[in-house]
Amino acid sequence: MSLDIETNSYGGGFATPPVDAANAFRAAMNAMARPGSVQDITGAEPPAGISAAAGCLLLTLCDPETGIYLAPDVDSPALRSWLAFHTGAPFVAVDKADFALGSWQALLPLDQYPIGTSEYPDRSATLIVELTEFAAPNVNLTGPGIKDSTQFALPDVGACQGNAAQFPLGVDFFFTCQSQLAALPRSTTLLAKD
Amino acid sequence: MSDYNFAYLDEQTKRMIRRAILKGLAVPGYQVPFASREMPMPYGWGTGGVQVSAATLTPEDTLKVIDQGADDTTNAVSIRKFFERTAGVATTEETTKASVIQTRHRIPEAELTEDQILVYQVPIPEPLRFLEPRETETRKMHSLEEYGLMHVKLYEDISQHGDIATSYAYPVKVEDRYVMDPSPIPKFDNPKLEMAAIQLFGAGREQRIYAVPPYTRVVSLDFEDYPFEATKADHPCDLCGSEHSYLDEVILDDAGNRMFVCSDTDYCRTRRAEGHVGRLGESEGEAA
Repeated sequence: MSLDIETNSYGGGFATPPVDAANAFRAAMNAMARPGSVQDITGAEPPAGISAAAGCLLLTLCDPETGIYLAPDVDSPALRSWLAFHTGAPFVAVDKADFALGSWQALLPLDQYPIGTSEYPDRSATLIVELTEFAAPNVNLTGPGIKDSTQFALPDVGACQGNAAQFPLGVDFFFTCQSQLAALPRSTTLLAKD
Repeated sequence: MSDYNFAYLDEQTKRMIRRAILKGLAVPGYQVPFASREMPMPYGWGTGGVQVSAATLTPEDTLKVIDQGADDTTNAVSIRKFFERTAGVATTEETTKASVIQTRHRIPEAELTEDQILVYQVPIPEPLRFLEPRETETRKMHSLEEYGLMHVKLYEDISQHGDIATSYAYPVKVEDRYVMDPSPIPKFDNPKLEMAAIQLFGAGREQRIYAVPPYTRVVSLDFEDYPFEATKADHPCDLCGSEHSYLDEVILDDAGNRMFVCSDTDYCRTRRAEGHVGRLGESEGEAA
């Protein structure tokens, strides 16, 4: 590992971890409790190639107890050593992942992730999907956390509907873009807009 | 501020609890196992709620703690002081000013908003536990959505007492999937479970966390011919005169005299400050 100060893995973490992680978690919780709502999340500066929001999420939720799967498009030695230093999380194969990070295309297919068991639906993966933007809405969301209905832009409505159809099993999604995130839990009902 | 880590718990513990909270929100009503820590208070005093609050609080939050609706009982006062000391957060007794409310066995009378979080202290999170003591079996029953036993219990209430006698910890079905114990709140509070705030439930001794996101459908179990009814003592509050709040009965002497007062102390105080006076109340000016 290089000790060059410009490229090392030791910077970019939370400046005051207990407070930054608490604020980041509140953003993540609000996102998960209100599917489709976009929240600001800041505090971490991950290596180039992943968004600040994704970096914050990983620092807030990952530690030696959680396996991370890095999709090929984000996997890099710099990211691996940054995560290893700041979280100590092991890197695992896709079928063992607690958290997975990558762009939508790189994370597919969805059926390779753990979806929990009928007695323990919580033993499932959380996918952190990197987006280039929160695009124009293409789907109506209803369900827990949503008053009446709301709109959101999903990369692939059909695949997410398939995931929701497995409820209470399934994976949960965070969508990250720069310093913002939104979430889509498996409990949300999706209806494609015409 | 003190020498404690922010909000007492170490960071790895908070991460573990936070992951459980997110899973709980994703699967509303499902009890997520978590590695409950030993807290500096005995089981039964809100160790689950305290851990959930600790993982949720940020330094900007204003915390309110109630015990059966009251801000000034031992349990509420000690938990409030605990977080004043370990997290340095502001505290309040006013429901409307709080951003995080930890509660034991009540939902505040004032309607909660989207900016608030309600954290419940839960003694027995498993609604089926007194019907089936084996965890392996209740877990199977939840996975198969096999809740007939709960209806049998409610039916036996009717056959013995003439109506559903269960008056607190009244079972609910969340989003048409999981039957959930709403913690021992009076069934008067059950209709309020569909609210704008995030609801988190923590059971420390039983090591379970579960959650109800805002606006989630929460239905109290009942029968077509014996519909659910949110009951309260048929009496106005003797201090503030409210006819719509949940009441505590207080024995006044040994001659059979008694009074009914709001269990939500902040609600009662707010009403009295507005000039409402009940049968035994004095207006604020007269109070000694």
